[in-house]
Amino acid sequence: MSETTLGGIAGRMPRFIRRADPAVLTAFACIVLLLFLGSLYSRSFLSPEYLLQQLKVASFLGVIATGMMLVILLGQIDLSVPWSVAMGAMMASAAAAYGPVGVALAIPFGIVCGMLIGVVNGIGVAYLRIPSMIITLATNAVAQGLMVVYTGGFSPQDSATGAMRYLATGFAIPGVPNAVIIWALIGAAMVFVLTRTSFGRAVYGIGNRERAAYLSGIDTRRVVMIAFAVSGGLSAFGGVLLAGYASKAAQSMGDAYLLPSIAAVVLGGTSILGGRGSYLGTVAGVILITLLQSILSVMQMPEAGRQIIYGIVIVAMLLLYGRAPASR
Amino acid sequence: MKDWRYWLAEQRGTLLALGIFIVMFVIYTSNHPAGFTANVVQTAANKGVLLAFVAMAQTLVVITAGIDLSVGMIFTLTNCLASWLVIGTGIETAFGVLAVLGTGLLCGAINGAIVIYGRLQPIVATIATGAVYFGIALLLRPFPGGSVNEGLADALTGRLFGVVPASLVVLLAVVLIVWVPFSRSVLGRAAYAAGSSETAAYMSGVPIRRGKFAAYALAGLLAAVGGLFLTFFTYTGDAAYASGNAYTLFSIAAVVLGGVSLFGGKGSAIGAIFGALAFRTIGDLLFVFDFDPLWQPLFQGVILLIAVSLGAFALFRVRNRLEWFL
Repeated sequence: MSETTLGGIAGRMPRFIRRADPAVLTAFACIVLLLFLGSLYSRSFLSPEYLLQQLKVASFLGVIATGMMLVILLGQIDLSVPWSVAMGAMMASAAAAYGPVGVALAIPFGIVCGMLIGVVNGIGVAYLRIPSMIITLATNAVAQGLMVVYTGGFSPQDSATGAMRYLATGFAIPGVPNAVIIWALIGAAMVFVLTRTSFGRAVYGIGNRERAAYLSGIDTRRVVMIAFAVSGGLSAFGGVLLAGYASKAAQSMGDAYLLPSIAAVVLGGTSILGGRGSYLGTVAGVILITLLQSILSVMQMPEAGRQIIYGIVIVAMLLLYGRAPASR
Repeated sequence: MKDWRYWLAEQRGTLLALGIFIVMFVIYTSNHPAGFTANVVQTAANKGVLLAFVAMAQTLVVITAGIDLSVGMIFTLTNCLASWLVIGTGIETAFGVLAVLGTGLLCGAINGAIVIYGRLQPIVATIATGAVYFGIALLLRPFPGGSVNEGLADALTGRLFGVVPASLVVLLAVVLIVWVPFSRSVLGRAAYAAGSSETAAYMSGVPIRRGKFAAYALAGLLAAVGGLFLTFFTYTGDAAYASGNAYTLFSIAAVVLGGVSLFGGKGSAIGAIFGALAFRTIGDLLFVFDFDPLWQPLFQGVILLIAVSLGAFALFRVRNRLEWFL
């Protein structure tokens, strides 16, 4: 519909702009605007070192938001991110305490723990038909309970392995942080899965109308289950990277990633009702949110002000282009 | 069917929640070292009432098929505000209480305006407004502190005639003043109708927008009553992120236990109150059985997981597989 109404103006624009999602364009425009405002405040906002550093910080959120996007495309939501992140980080660090085998298996073990949470979510949503918002809140509480019992309520003493630190802070290619490379690889895999595989098409199909997808012969329950498992695994992997970055896991390290990961996906033009959205948008959303956080902290905004501005910006941007059609 | 069977079918969730609560409470008091005394009941009531108010708030929104993930933060914000304002002489305290309740109403109204007139999804919108409310709470109380009119606080968290916990009386009063009129008014019926089928309600000319708006706004008000009570209970204001989040989470658990359908249009705040009291009692069972308090989060999480999985039994009644996909 927007094609016909915008046809007059859009018809004269280059093809790649005409085909792009207006939400993604708005998100990228906001990134440019933020950089411009930042550069007025301090010249260093446009320096390559600063931008690369931001990209590195963004890649942790990027990995987590990738899983969140897969789930949101299904029209579901994953609120178990906070403790999936913490569990991935804690379990990977904990495994490192068990000799050389533990060190070698630390990263896979952390990811598997996150996937287990995801599988429980998936069973609940796909087979037991529990609303995803509820079952993921419940598994989040269970994961928190497990971690509290395991750590005794304190931050664990185990520290991250060398491999975890290398993945998060090392440089395999000079000048490009490893975390950014990992995000790029995961992003590329996600784009491939979403656009070139039947699984990806099924995800979009289920997001649009699960009933129709089921009737066209898709095993919708299996797809939903896999998507949740992937989301849990990616959250835990994000936690592993974060533990590598900070060189240890902490109690509530995942709390700061729930709202940003949802916001990044939604600001990137993915419909929260599912079925519509592109990975490019999520990339834009992740960078946008990271830049916003960074600029607020450079301006030495206290935590309270950051939360307020942050919430207002998200609501304002969604009001710009994330509105549902009027009910008529 | 006879009238009473309709009534029974309608109230099944509430009665189930009441049953669970009674069973749990009997187990709790019979194993409590002090037994069934006025003191034990008073403490249990004070703790339960906090969650009951927040759960009532959540119910109003859930009935419209929405969700309010900012209730816990409104609760925290009003707690911090009350620790500044509800103090001093009688008149000052009264104005303080009004200001706190008004703030809650305003927060709820902002949620409602964004969700209904801004047409954003309630999940995302209320997570974002929740961040704003928490930020304001943090501005008000960067560190735990403040004080409250202790005379009023003691009166409302104490006992009437030495037996009845005053907090339960307040809860009853709030039910009679807010919930009963709302659920019987045109707006309340509109909120139910919007939850059960928005299109059908719209076609029938039901004022769904006003109904939903009223539900969101009153949810803010009820969360503020909860926040006020937290201040009376603790004498301080504390902008704790974890506690706000926990109340949001527990309110959803209480609503589910109380037989309110998360798909909207079904259930009542009375059920949610019993759900809240039952949830609190279950959480406290650990203490009377002398478990390590470290296990409490896990225990509550597992209870929550079981409670939400119970809904899956409805699947056995599904004859046509297409009914899986609502």
